[in-house]
Amino acid sequence: MCRIGSIKSKKYIHPSMVLKLMRSQQKGHDNSGFALIMQDLGGIFENYKNLPILSMAVSDDGMKYAEDLLHQIGFTRVFQYNMEVFPEESLEIETMPNYVFEVFQYPKNYKNSTKKEKEDLLLDTRLKLRAYLEKNDEGYVYSFWEDVISLKEIGNPNDIGKYFNLWSEDINLRAKIITAQCRQNTNYDIVRYAAHPFFLQGYTTLTNGENTFYEKNKLLQQKLHRGYIGFESDSQCFLYTLHYVHKILNWPLKYYKHVLTPLPFEEMEKRQDKNVLERIKSSLSNLEINGPNTTIGVLPDGIMFNVIDSKKLRPTVICKDEDIVVMTSEVCGANEILPDRDISKDIYTNERELVVVDNDLNIQRISQ
Amino acid sequence: MTTVNINSISKDDLPWIVEYDSEKCMLCGRCTASCSFGAIKVDVQKRKKVKAISNEEGFQIDEDQKAIPVIKQVIDEHKFCRGCGICTKVCPNGAIKITRNKTEIFGTRYRAKTADSIKRGGRNNLHTEGRTLDKIKVGRISQMTDPSLDAIRHTFDLRTTLGRVVSPDNLDFKLVDGELQENNTQNLPVNTSIYPIIISDMSIGALSPRMWEAIAIATAYLNEVKHIPIRMASGEGGVPDKLLRSKYLKYMILQIASGHFGWNRIINSMPYMQEDPAGILIKIGQGAKPGDGGLLMAQKNVKLIQEIRGVPKADLLSPPNHQGLYSIEESVQKMFLSMNCAFNFKVPVAIKVAASSTSVSVYNNLLRDPYNIVGGFFIDGIAGGTGAAHEISLNHTGHPIVSKLRDCYLASVHQGKQGQIPIFAGGGIGMNGNLAADTFKMICLGASGVFIGKLILQIAGCVGNDFGRCNACNTGCCPIGITTQNPKLMQRLDVDTVAQNIVNYICATDIELKKLLAPVGNSTLPIGRSDALVCVDKNVSDRLQIQYVC
Repeated sequence: MCRIGSIKSKKYIHPSMVLKLMRSQQKGHDNSGFALIMQDLGGIFENYKNLPILSMAVSDDGMKYAEDLLHQIGFTRVFQYNMEVFPEESLEIETMPNYVFEVFQYPKNYKNSTKKEKEDLLLDTRLKLRAYLEKNDEGYVYSFWEDVISLKEIGNPNDIGKYFNLWSEDINLRAKIITAQCRQNTNYDIVRYAAHPFFLQGYTTLTNGENTFYEKNKLLQQKLHRGYIGFESDSQCFLYTLHYVHKILNWPLKYYKHVLTPLPFEEMEKRQDKNVLERIKSSLSNLEINGPNTTIGVLPDGIMFNVIDSKKLRPTVICKDEDIVVMTSEVCGANEILPDRDISKDIYTNERELVVVDNDLNIQRISQ
Repeated sequence: MTTVNINSISKDDLPWIVEYDSEKCMLCGRCTASCSFGAIKVDVQKRKKVKAISNEEGFQIDEDQKAIPVIKQVIDEHKFCRGCGICTKVCPNGAIKITRNKTEIFGTRYRAKTADSIKRGGRNNLHTEGRTLDKIKVGRISQMTDPSLDAIRHTFDLRTTLGRVVSPDNLDFKLVDGELQENNTQNLPVNTSIYPIIISDMSIGALSPRMWEAIAIATAYLNEVKHIPIRMASGEGGVPDKLLRSKYLKYMILQIASGHFGWNRIINSMPYMQEDPAGILIKIGQGAKPGDGGLLMAQKNVKLIQEIRGVPKADLLSPPNHQGLYSIEESVQKMFLSMNCAFNFKVPVAIKVAASSTSVSVYNNLLRDPYNIVGGFFIDGIAGGTGAAHEISLNHTGHPIVSKLRDCYLASVHQGKQGQIPIFAGGGIGMNGNLAADTFKMICLGASGVFIGKLILQIAGCVGNDFGRCNACNTGCCPIGITTQNPKLMQRLDVDTVAQNIVNYICATDIELKKLLAPVGNSTLPIGRSDALVCVDKNVSDRLQIQYVC
């Protein structure tokens, strides 16, 4: 079973906090992996806010190919951070030779390019790199985007934390948003790409549960956008639907909920906006989900949110204090991070709402 | 002098043999009175017993001669027994019964005698292959990783879309204060949400007015009282004025076929319509007799039918094609110009075609139509029923529906347009008596819904089956009163009971559909969710791209 967690903070925090968040939920997952995505970065990346960062786990040849490819396109590397590792025989972890975060300057001919042109360039470059690495079995590229780093590994999350020395807080790796989960894709093959959180062009999702409409979602998404690839996990569909609804269609976030779990027709008919809702249900019926799922998502502007399915009620709890909001599968995780909070203000997302946390950590419950 | 005329049709040549026991018969006459085909008659048999009695004078011959009234099977290539079994039903003493003649020689004799093709109603009777749908099981049951739903306590949203669905990027929305609003409602084709089962599409004429009325009553009741938004397609035979002008028209899909029967009346009623119809179904072809037009024999074309259809007394033979439609593009244009315009773009316009090797090409073209005109693709398979067809069409032409549905659905997936023209599949749906199972499987294979015909007649009491029994809908002599225009035979059908039975059956189907949705963990229709299915036949699983299990 997956357990997922995310922390959004006013101040920069260290990944050790999400390790603690997930450790207490250990009985609810199977310790088969650990993955995290950090957004709105501080520490050593704080000065590179507007530059894309490549996150990879690769062989030496893979690394060389990546650098050659990026240089050939015109990117110039301005900073590189290799994760320091602390191997021990007793650690349960399947390692890769290199864990790299590289910051690049955009090609010179993109100086006057639009935001969209740059975004397309980053996506296409990552897809090209992924295709090569996959074909030659030289490693994995998780993200290539401004102000974002990703790390995924197979093994026991405790040991993965030790291997990368993530249990000890330091000043290098810091971020205001960190999402994480401690499980591999144990329903199917163990593949690094199958581990949440999933990331595409500024959008992050992590999903707990089983997407029973995986086939329907996947068959449509494969034709919707070149970035919708992989499908190693049925949870990737949640990311692609979010990206499609919010970025491609440019609809407000609340319509993501209407696409995932549309209201029953009889309820729609009573609504003033029934025409719009019926159109959405008809046109996007293949992106509907039928649970059991809960999804935590992050938008490019740092907004964090949660939605759940409408029948099976896979739980998420949302807790906060002055500086931090925690969204996670089990309340024991939140108790670890926010032991002194007012628990009467904890929110358990219901089947017909979208819970949104803005950048001032205000929480809004938007009823579907 | 010959003792035997070996070239005449004899009792042994007939498809059904009437067995009669004069010892049990009390001569009440119910069997002959109820046989609508005139296949049995009262006759007299001569009985003679000769006894030799010995006495003192030698011996004496004693003759005992009697004339016994009996029931006798008529031996005739037109008035032959169809095996409907009504005589057995009405006999109080069990004195008469019928059995199928396994020699199957009648077809040969009939053609040799009449120089005509055999015509009948019903379905394909050959049974040369097992039913594909029965080899498919709902195999993806939620256990542990995804909890099953509770069929009784959870709510289910069993609706599907009829109407052309546009791709999401073509939805004409504008953003006002964070809310999406329709920019111009006229720009988008109409979508309606309906139950995924359509009662389709048997005409008044093919059916008796009482049978048609019973279906219409059941449809209205299911909508108004049971809140099951089922739709009924009219068939190509027009619609009574009263219904056209009533609020219940909104549950009717009006059919236009190549004969255009009844459309004069429909058009004349348009200014008086309170409601729009639920849809328009342009019938290009049908699965039971693909490439052939509708057929209503003159004996069923009685005065009422002539009035509704606007025709004289004659055999009504719809042409095999819509005159003037020579290409898909042109068909689309004509649909656009005629039907969509006629109802001011507020009614979905769908087409019905016979399943064929060419169905995917047709569907691909319709999906690519830039004007988004076609609001539904009805494909009718070889196991579909009919009121009248040449037997050679019924048994030997057409295409099974299951793989054809799958091919069309996968073609739409290939284009990235699945669901944009909802596919409704028919032809043998519910043939094994369980409509819910067939419907669910077809939906998982990609159908947005199914349509049924013959099953409704069976619910009404039709005695015909797919092993040659009755199948005489074309004769106008339906012994149940379903497919006849004979006032006396029609009286046999109790409209209210038939309507009630249809309502009951659909309510039962609704429960059973939920009993299939719940274990796979879905509360909405799993259209295209073929991973919910498994198949015990490797060839079928390969062909349909579903998991083979054994």
